[in-house]
Amino acid sequence: MTAVFLGIPTAPPGVGHLRGDRSFPDAAREALRDGQLRANLGHATSTIRAKRAAVVGELPDWAELREAGRAIKAATMARLDEHLIALEEQVTARGGTVHWARDAIEANAIVTRLVQATGADEVVKVKSMATQEIGLNEALEAAGITAHETDLAELIVQLGDDKPSHILVPAIHKNRAEIREIFLRTMPGADPDLTDDPRQLAMAARTHLRERFLRARVAISGANFAVAETGTLAVVESEGNGRMCLTLPDTLITVMGIEKVVPSWRDLEVYLQLLPRSSTGERMNPYTSLWAGVTPGDGPQEFHLVLLDNGRTAVLADEVGREALHCIRCSACLNVCPVYERTGGHAYGSVYPGPIGAILSPQLTGVEDNASLPYASSLCGACYDVCPVAIDIPSILVHLRAEHVEAQTRTTPEAVAFRALSKAMSSPRLWRLAQRAAGLGRFLARGKTTLPNALPPPVSTWTRTRDLPTPPAKTFTQQWAEEHRS
Amino acid sequence: MKVALFATCLVDTLTPQVARATATLLQRLGHEVVVPPGQSCCGQMHVNTGYRREAVPIVANHVRAFAGALSSGVEAIVAPSGSCVASIHHQQAAVARRAGEHQLADDAAALAERTFELSQFLVDVLGVTDVGAYYPHRVTYHPTCHSLRLLRVGDRPLQLLRAVRGLDLVELPGADQCCGFGGTFAVKNADTSTAMLTDKMTDVLSTHAEVCTAGDASCLLHIGGGLSRLRSGTRTVHLAEILASTEEAVTPQQSTTPAVTA
Ligand code: SF4
Repeated sequence: MTAVFLGIPTAPPGVGHLRGDRSFPDAAREALRDGQLRANLGHATSTIRAKRAAVVGELPDWAELREAGRAIKAATMARLDEHLIALEEQVTARGGTVHWARDAIEANAIVTRLVQATGADEVVKVKSMATQEIGLNEALEAAGITAHETDLAELIVQLGDDKPSHILVPAIHKNRAEIREIFLRTMPGADPDLTDDPRQLAMAARTHLRERFLRARVAISGANFAVAETGTLAVVESEGNGRMCLTLPDTLITVMGIEKVVPSWRDLEVYLQLLPRSSTGERMNPYTSLWAGVTPGDGPQEFHLVLLDNGRTAVLADEVGREALHCIRCSACLNVCPVYERTGGHAYGSVYPGPIGAILSPQLTGVEDNASLPYASSLCGACYDVCPVAIDIPSILVHLRAEHVEAQTRTTPEAVAFRALSKAMSSPRLWRLAQRAAGLGRFLARGKTTLPNALPPPVSTWTRTRDLPTPPAKTFTQQWAEEHRS
Repeated sequence: MKVALFATCLVDTLTPQVARATATLLQRLGHEVVVPPGQSCCGQMHVNTGYRREAVPIVANHVRAFAGALSSGVEAIVAPSGSCVASIHHQQAAVARRAGEHQLADDAAALAERTFELSQFLVDVLGVTDVGAYYPHRVTYHPTCHSLRLLRVGDRPLQLLRAVRGLDLVELPGADQCCGFGGTFAVKNADTSTAMLTDKMTDVLSTHAEVCTAGDASCLLHIGGGLSRLRSGTRTVHLAEILASTEEAVTPQQSTTPAVTA
């Protein structure tokens, strides 16, 4: 039998939230018009940026920690299969059950079946990117199961029938007044005198959630880390809602991307320092929950771990792009990104926005399904500087741009232009001619210092908002050659 | 020292005064300047837009143009652009190697070792911070992203500016924020780019500086193009032009002039 290799599968379309319905520039244009969104984001990102810088600055060995974080991830990815099998053995030995999900469809089906088996028609959820990625809430809803988000920001998004716009603070695009309005409108029995005081808002959410925690029989979580040698899962959070979900219900189902595994317990030492400082700008996060399998008489008595691929193996196969799998979802790169700060997360069309989203989403789906994302960056490099595991995001963006260009089967006008320019720039004679042609542009200026605003595309995309100086009659190299003719 | 000047494609074609200023400055400091005639571009725009295969012949041209200079006694190659020098250091050899052109990659890497951004060349190689310049203007400095984060030029440009006689240096708020240029980003994502530019201009104008300077002509073209469109009186002038300016020749040309029509 001859095997036909069809390539490693990417995340399937039609399920989950990895693809937008518009290109980034189109979606960004709309976001840029929203003054409230930009004010909210500008305020939130600059606050968190300053906090992060302060707590990172106080660690004298940050550079070494960061390098350790990078090196452990790189070594883990090199033997990912072995670590995952070790993890499965350990979780099973401790009374848990491991399920392998090739993609979003399989993962949703597994989780739905597990919930149905308990007879429950509602679940409480710990904030999780993996379950957002696969659209689990929608899949459960289709099966008649209600999912209650319990993270405050995720709850705001869910109640507002909105979409998350940040990987750590999904409701970062909303301000206090907007949150108050959502609560008043959607929370049954909300106090009509509710103000936009943060404490009052938090207490309203607490009352709303407490009831659900106490009656829930099934919880669904993601995982920040999974330790292969001990079968331990880890969830890091600030609000304590996660701890409630992870301990109160009878059944716990954890959906985890396969890249979250770390080989040994000691590795947590590195990441539990890197993560809180990078994400919330805290020295230590308030709640770190760790569990391995089940413990009779204590906490959930049934534990399922769903290991999710959904395109990750395809990412791993790309020598340059695979670094994206090292991400620990701290969101520091979003908070410093000048593009994200202005467009917000929705413009990226995926649950993973910002710089990490721009390199992860196109790789999970295949670059052609998210072709505008690798270009959604000015390559300023701020993301690389803050990334706690030193993912070289700008280089991966550039790599994915090339993957997109090289995937084209038909010649685009842009490709024609770049090829022609390449020809000109690699021959001094042709280059002089091209420069002379550009210099002729000066006649369009009719004696003025800048060119007219109304020029044909693609120059018009520049001149709509910025002037272009009139080209000089002679280039520098031309002047120099004339002066130094011997 | 014999120094080869890499003007860069953008400066050579659009703002030749920046290359001229670089040559004038280096000559005034007692160095011999040569301008290899075969030079064109470093290949960065192709690489960053996704045309890394098409960048290879451009890299080959660059290597051809400058390898000859090195064999005729040139000790260093200097360019008035952090971004192009960063591309020479971080991209040229890599794209050549990816295309299987190993000899070209080795040659490019060897050239990169001798290639310097202007402020790094002045401060690190020549060991000067006072270049004897005179520029009686209120100036603010924008540390462009690639100079700042890829080349790590640090405060070298500021050291140079502080030593300029008559120059009133004002700190730029939010200096480390990108101006939104980003090469083809400015065209492919023109609206987001302009939103970033607006905030950069706000910060520049808040300093009440007459001049915004930087080590990259491309970013200055962007900031200057925006300032000019607003009919702002603040103009952009490359660091090389300020450093080339002396009591005898105080007025480097403006890269952009407010677009006020008669
Ligand atoms: S890419 Fe790096 S900075 Fe961005 S979220 Fe992931 S770990 Fe954090």
